[in-house]
This record gives sequence, structure tokens and C-alpha cells, in this order.
Amino acid sequence: MSASPVRTTLVKLLFGAAGMFLFAVFVMPPLYDLFCEVTGIGGKTAGPYQVTEAGVDTTRTVKVQFIATNNGAMPWDFSPKVHEVVVHPGAPTEVAFYAKNRTSRDMVAQAIPSLTPFNATEYFHKTECFCFNQQPLEAGKETDMPLVFIVDKDLPRSVKTITLSYTLFDVTGRTTDATDSSNYKEPFALLN
Amino acid sequence: MSRRANMLFALVLAPVLALISSGSALAEEAQRWAVNLPKGVTPVSNAIYEIHMIIFWICVVICIGVFGVMFYSMYAHRKSRGAVAANFHENTTAEVVWTVIPALILVVMAIPATSTIIQAYDTSEAEMDIKITGYQWKWQYEYLGEDVAFMSELSTPESEIYNTAPKSQYYLQEVTEPLVIPAKTKVRFLLTAKDVIHSWWIPDFGVKKDAIPGYVTESWTFVEEPGVYRGECAELCGKGHAFMPIVVNVLEKEEYNAWLGEKKAEVAAIRELAKKTFTKEELMAKGKEAYDRSCASCHMGNGEGIPGVFPGLKEGSAAVGPVANHLDVVVNGVAGTAMQAFGGQLSEVDLAAIITYERNAWGNDTGDVVQPIDILKFKQGQ
Amino acid sequence: MAHGPAKGIGRWLFTTNHKDIGTLYLWFSFAMFLLGGFFAMVIRAELFEPGMQIIKPEFFNQMTTMHGLVMVFGAIMPAFVGLANWMIPMMIGAPDMALPRMNNLSFWILPFAFALLASTLFMEGGAPNFGWTFYAPLSTTYAPDTVNYFIFGVHIMGASSIMGSINIIATVLNMRAPGMTLMKMPMFVWTWLITAFLLIAVMPVLAGAVTMMLMDINFGTSFFSAAGGGDPVLFQHVFWFFGHPEVYIIILPAFGVISHIVPTFSRKPLFGYSSMVYATASIAFLSFIVWAHHMFLVGMPIGGELYFMYATMLIAVPTAAKIFNWISTMFRGSMTFETPMLFAIAFIILFTIGGFTGLMMAIAPSDIQYHDSYFIVAHFHYVMVAGAVFSGTAAVYYWLPKWCGKMYDETMGKVQFWVSFVGFNIAFFPQHFLGLAGMPRRYADYALQFSDWNMISSVGAFIYGAAQLLFMFNVIRTIRSGTPVSEPKTWEGAEGLEWTLATPVPYHTFATPPEVK
Repeated sequence: MSASPVRTTLVKLLFGAAGMFLFAVFVMPPLYDLFCEVTGIGGKTAGPYQVTEAGVDTTRTVKVQFIATNNGAMPWDFSPKVHEVVVHPGAPTEVAFYAKNRTSRDMVAQAIPSLTPFNATEYFHKTECFCFNQQPLEAGKETDMPLVFIVDKDLPRSVKTITLSYTLFDVTGRTTDATDSSNYKEPFALLN
Repeated sequence: MSRRANMLFALVLAPVLALISSGSALAEEAQRWAVNLPKGVTPVSNAIYEIHMIIFWICVVICIGVFGVMFYSMYAHRKSRGAVAANFHENTTAEVVWTVIPALILVVMAIPATSTIIQAYDTSEAEMDIKITGYQWKWQYEYLGEDVAFMSELSTPESEIYNTAPKSQYYLQEVTEPLVIPAKTKVRFLLTAKDVIHSWWIPDFGVKKDAIPGYVTESWTFVEEPGVYRGECAELCGKGHAFMPIVVNVLEKEEYNAWLGEKKAEVAAIRELAKKTFTKEELMAKGKEAYDRSCASCHMGNGEGIPGVFPGLKEGSAAVGPVANHLDVVVNGVAGTAMQAFGGQLSEVDLAAIITYERNAWGNDTGDVVQPIDILKFKQGQ
Repeated sequence: MAHGPAKGIGRWLFTTNHKDIGTLYLWFSFAMFLLGGFFAMVIRAELFEPGMQIIKPEFFNQMTTMHGLVMVFGAIMPAFVGLANWMIPMMIGAPDMALPRMNNLSFWILPFAFALLASTLFMEGGAPNFGWTFYAPLSTTYAPDTVNYFIFGVHIMGASSIMGSINIIATVLNMRAPGMTLMKMPMFVWTWLITAFLLIAVMPVLAGAVTMMLMDINFGTSFFSAAGGGDPVLFQHVFWFFGHPEVYIIILPAFGVISHIVPTFSRKPLFGYSSMVYATASIAFLSFIVWAHHMFLVGMPIGGELYFMYATMLIAVPTAAKIFNWISTMFRGSMTFETPMLFAIAFIILFTIGGFTGLMMAIAPSDIQYHDSYFIVAHFHYVMVAGAVFSGTAAVYYWLPKWCGKMYDETMGKVQFWVSFVGFNIAFFPQHFLGLAGMPRRYADYALQFSDWNMISSVGAFIYGAAQLLFMFNVIRTIRSGTPVSEPKTWEGAEGLEWTLATPVPYHTFATPPEVK
């Protein structure tokens, strides 16, 4: 019995196991995000959009609904100012969400978007959104948070209603870096 | 003896009973001994039932064939019967045949499966939308665009669960306020959750979908028959997982519209009621009822909580501290804990009653009385 | 080389002998089987009648979680590692495992992992209560503080499994007797070789999943929290990327055991050996590309839904081939029905039923109804208990006489088989009905229409539980006072290198490698 082939196998397999661990922690999450972005799973809408082509498709309309949810113990009042708008694809539209910090302490919130149906996700562009940044709000203060979006002209014709949901999370006391969703995707920006 | 005979009888006849569940006594018996999927009352649930039965029978036929050969060999090729072992151990033709045939059967199964899942996914062209939010441990229903929203939670009393009272017919399948939808209408459900993942399941609709915090999923239904349909939470969501049932009341369209009108009037009435001043006795009585419904699942009926998980409400807790802090905790919740912000969930009357109750029950005799108007003032700017 | 075992407790603490370590694994797994079984008895006792009688709902959740974790990681996996330790060197003509000191370590960290996990039951906040699948955020933001012990425990179990697998692969690849080519290896060795590769591929993924949980809970990252750009559904993807291969890790060695027992008692060589090897390999490969069929309801796009449905259905093909091969092995054999064979036949029948319910659940539209109901509970107990546990039991009866040179009592063995078989089916068959009728899994209490089947199921579970005490009694009695046997071949139809050794097997075997023709 020679020890060396056993040792070679041992080393190879240890590397394999370590590799799988690194794969799980460092590759799977960004890969999943990339996958979501491509397929629209979870309805995670992308970051700020640069308008590339102008023009409005007046031949059809799309209904865009807005819903708002507070996560966990988030005590703010949070609701869309309008429940739905009907828009032409290609036309920029501005709406706003109302928020009020009912508590007696200053707080910071992060809104997380989610959109249905999923196959509309890549055709829904936001040029301005309160969800791009954390939203600080002093105790007792209220605010209107703006959202400007464009529904892409290439939106599949089968989609007639888009529902955009925001869930408000309490991120008071958490650092910006760890919670900024646009930072999180940065390493993969090159792949897009 | 006769009970046992009955049981045996029911066991044998369970499938038959399930099929001919027409008479009411018979139907109840059949439901008790149900062995199969309900056919349900929507196009999707019917399609699922069909496909379930097709695949079930294909499996049964294959089982009979395969086990038939096995049992035959076990009988005919026993050593005790003098069987001498053959020595074959390979046959490529046989291997190819039993690879190809199952593959073909799978293709046959995949065809109806594909069309049904596409049907179940088609949420387009819905006539109305309902947002369903899962909470630990209740559901909130929000009629989009109608300004109607309410919580729906278990109404079975703790006494039935802990066996101090006899269990009623719809034990653990009854709620404070059911979801109401119109019949023969395509209703779209938008699901999300407040805290952990829940799953909204009505077997009769063929609808089950996860409700995930931060994200929205969708499903739909089209119910032919008015009636009351019951379901439950299907994703483990903590200690109250088994105690957050779903009840849907399907009404004819006109009745539904009438209900919606009443509901809107009720919302206005509750706002009005918030301005009234109640006596301490009234608040204590209302408070106990509301507390048992909304608070007791964590803080327990006796206010002792569960050590290490949910705090008690006696000495040293917010319930005996300053009133303003108590209000803050109940209305705004406590960040990073399971304590939800009840300000948006309960009416001012209920909140005032609960706080008054907590401050005076279980020997907490602070004597404080909190009126709905205090809650309103607190919410509107301290 | 020719010295015997050391004396006293030191023999077991410091042993590097594959047979001793195999024995340790087997006893440990049996102890865990009884512990997990005790949790199951608590669950079934509570579910005997509607209403909460014995325990509170929060404790019920701890019981279901601990039952799952202890059975999967403490009972079934170590049992097959124990069998591998005992049998692989003997089957391939090796003197011992390739890495004997690592072998010792990989066993001895296990008791610590489970002591840690079990100790959480007595801590404030209680044991893990989020199910053995521990979905975020229930297992992160909303978990009891003891979740950190759970994570540490899972890391240790993972390390143990990885070391065990490395050892098995190193042994199989490097230490086969001259002439034993890969395609001459016994099926049990083949299935374990493939299982070991699966383990090395996915146990680190599980470790990764719990590490990400640990970071989310304690260090403010947001892998699984939407608040920081993460996603709770990502957890499920990572978990099931581990979890689906995991269920094959559990069942493949069981296939290996059955592929030895069926030919022995049919007195006929295994039918389609090479197709069995290829079927095992293709099942292992497919296990990596079907994980999201556990997640049909999270709101995947329709394309994903269809892909995972088709890929999952495909698994039926190699699995069916295995069943056909076993039945062809029996066909025109000369069969006898000793206890191991009875368990093997029950395995084939019940595993097939479990396979069919698996196929039904692969159908995405039907899964809308089956998902997270008692139907899935019935399904995985048919494959885990009637599959893995029955084959483990069969293996013990099959090889015990060889290991200790004493014959078990055939009547007692048969009694245990029939009590197990009947109890198992009374316990789990009605759970199909409960699930179809609409009872979700992990329910501490249920509506009245589910009362009767639940009561029957509980009775069956108690019967099945009692049968395991009978098993323990049989094994101990055999070791202490079984009829001595000394024939190298315990069973007339047995083939393979392990049956050329003396009975009972000497402490050191194959010091000089045998020649394989």
C-alpha cells in the first residue's frame, strides 16, 4: 500500500469540498440575482434607467396597480397616493407614495419592489424611485415619495395589468453598504 | 363492538362513500373518511382532479403488472417448491424496453400536466384583485381599489383547543371574518407576507401559493358555486401555523355587491365609534375578547407569555409602565421582535380596550383607563 | 499487524479499525434512531386526537424539527456510513480504510454535534422550531437564540460526513484488490462511491447555507432578507440544491444493500449489473438539476415550473429500471424468505409506492394540491422509512451472523418484520388520505374531519415504534447468546469477497490482498 495516491485523492477531494462551500456562499447568491434579473423571478425591478429611445405607443394602454406593505413591526403609515394609473407604453409617468413616521424616534426605511407578472419585469423601467435609496424620516414627519416610470414599448401584448408592490422595511441603524441593493449587484454589472 | 364494526365498514367503504356523498349524514361520514382529493369548484381544481386521477390509475396499473410478476416469481420460483435457479443475468432487449416504455408513459403524463399548469398560471384578465397578506398568525384581506380591508383570524376559542369545552363543528376552520368574493368572477389574489413565509391554500379552489415577505406572488380563482369554502396555511410559520385557517364565503354577484356596500358603511361606523367614551367595564369586557383573539397566542391568556420567547405582561413589563410607552408598543410594535405594529390592524376601540384590559387584568391593577380617542390622538401626532 | 483489539474503553475511543468504527457508527445511529423515534411518538401521541393534550404548539414544532434532523443526519446517514465502514474494505479486499485516523475523528465528532443539538431542548427559547428544512426568515430573523447551536451542530455533522466520504472514495479508488476493476465492484461499493461524491458536492453547500444564516443573524448581512437586497427564496434554492441530492444520498446505499440481498436469496446473480451502475450514476446526476420541484409554489416563472417538472419526471426512468432489475433477479430464481429477504421485498413494494407518489408530486399542477400536505409526509416516509430504514434493518440481519459469528433467531426476526411492516403501513398509508383531504403537514392540531385517520395513523406509529424495541432485543440477544455459526458463507446464495473470510470475521482481514479473477 503506497500512501501517496491516497494522499492525492484526499487533497483533491478536500479542495473539491472547499470549492463547493465557496460556490454556495460566493457564487450562488449573485448567480441567483443575475438569474432573477434575466428571468424576472421575484419581480425584482432593476436600478435607475436611462431613457434610450423616445416615443409613445398610443395604440394600447396598460393598467399599473400599486400596493404597499409594511414588513414586520414597521410602524409607518405607508400607502400609494393613487391605487392605479392607466398609461401608454413609452410615456413617463410620475406617481407618489405617502409615508409618515408615526413613532417618536427618527427612523430609516428601505422599500423593496416586487412586480407581477414576472414576464413584465424587464419591461418596467424606473427613472426615479424612492426605492433606490434608504428613506430617513424624522419622528412624526410625513412625506410624499416620488416614483417615475416608463413601461417599455416592447412589453408583451398579453400583459394588460402590471402590479407593482413595495414592502417597507425598517433599516434604522443598519449601514448603507450592507443594505443598498444596487451595490449588491455591482460585481455583475459587467455581465449585463 | 358495533362501533368497531362501523369503523371497519367505513374503512372498506370509504372510497365509495367519498364518491356518492349526496345525503348530508352520508356526506359528513364521507368527509370524515375522505381518501381522495376534493374535485373542487373551479376549472383549475377540476383539471387538477382529472390529472390526479389519470396518473393515479396509470400508477395502479403499473403496480399490478410489476408486483404481479414479482408475486408470481415468489410463488412459482420458491426453493421449497423445488425451483432451481436459472443463471441469466443480462438481456439488452429487456433493458431497452423497460427504459423506453416508462419514458413514453411519462410523455403521456406530461401533456395534460403542461396544459393544466399553464391554465393555473394564467392570471390575466381578472375582474377584481384581492391582496392577501400573511401575518403570524392571521390573514389580512385587502380589496384593491375599494378601500376595504380587514383581518381574518381563528375564532375557535382556546377552551376548545385545550379541551375544556366540546369542539364545535368547524373546529379550527372558523374565522372572525371570512373573505367574501363573488361567484362566476375571475378573482386575482396577490399574496405577500408581513413576517415569515406563509402559504394560502383552499383545496376546493385548487389554489395554493406561498406568501413571501418582501415579494408578491399571484394566483387566481373562478368559483362556479356560491358557498363557504375552508382552507389553511400550508407553510410552517411558527407556533400558530395550525391556527390560522382560511374561510372564503362565495356569494352571488348581487349579494356580493350588497355586502361590499355594507362593509364600507361599517368602516365609517367604526371610525365614528372611536369618538365615543366607554366605561371601564365595557372596555374590560371588550378588551378580554380582543386580547384573547389577537394577543393571547403569544402572551398567553393569563398574560404570562412564554419565557425566553414571548414576554409576560405582568410586573416589570410595558403593561404596568407609563401609559404612553404601552401605547407605543402596542400601536407601533417593537422593531426586531415578533411584536407587530397593531395600530394598522385593529380598530381604535379594540386597541383602547386591549390596553385597558392589559393594565387591569391578572392583578395588574393600575386603574388606568384608555379611551379610543386617546389612541386616535396618539396616532395623529403624539 | 496480528494483534487483536485493545481492551476497555480505549479500544473504542482511539480505534482506527474499520470494523470497530463501523460498529460505533451503527450503535450511534441506532441510539439516534430511538431518540428520533421518541420524538415521533410524542408527535403522534399529540395528534392522536384533535385538541392540544400533551404538549404546546411551540414544543410540537420543536419535536417535528428535531425528529427530522435527528432521523436524517443522526440515524439514517450514520447507519449507512457504519455499513460502509464494515463492508467496503471486506468487499474490495482491502485491509482497512485508506485514512484510518480520519475515520476515527469523523465518527467521534458526531456525538458532540448531536449532544449540542439535543441540549437546545433544555435551553431557554427551546430547540430549533423551524422544521428540518429551516426556511428563512423563520430560521433567521424569527428564530430562537438556540439557532446558533443548531448551525454549529450542522457544521460538525457536515464535516463528519465530508471526512467519511473522502475516506470511502480514497479507499475505493486506491485500495481495491488486484484484479478488481471498477466494473467488477459489488453494487454496495458502487452505490457508496457515487453517494460519497454526492456528499462531497452538497454537504459544503449545506454548510454554506447555514453559514449565510449565521452571518444574517449575527453579522448584519442580508443574504436571505429582502430588506438588504437579499431574498428568502434564495435560501430555498441553496437548501434544496443540497437537499435533493441529500435524499439520494440516503437512498442510494439502500439500493446497494438490496442489490446484494435479492440475488443471495434468489440464488441467482444480480440481473443487469452494468445497467444498475449506470442507473445509479444517472440518478445521482439528475439529482443536481431538479431541486426546485420542492418549490413549485414560490412563484417561479412558468418556464421554470415546466423545466423542473419534466426533469423530475425523468428520474422515474432509471429508478424504474432498478425495480425491474431486482424483479428480474427474482424471476426464475430459487427463492427462500429469511428475514433480510422479507425486508428487501417489502422495500421493493413500499419504495415503489413511494416512488409513484413522488411521480405524482412531480406533476406541477397536482403538486398545487399535494404540496406541504400530509401527502408529502406519507411520500417521504415511504421512501425514507420503508426505503432506507427497512434496507438498513435488512442489512443488519444479513451481515450480523458474519460479523459476530452468531445466528439471529429466525422466528424473532420474522416477528419483527411483520410487526414493522403492518405498523408502518397503518401509520403511513392513511397519511396519503389525510393529505388529499386537505390536512397540511407540521400541524400541531387539526380540524375534526381528520380525526379518524389520524388516530389510526398514531396507532400504527406506536406499533412500528414497538417493533424497533424488538429489533434491539433481537440484535443484542444474537450478539450475547445466538447460535454460533462458523461457515464462511452464512447464506447459501451469497457471493463476494466478504463471504470468503472466516466467520466471525477476524479483527484484521486481507493483510495480503486476495486475487480477483
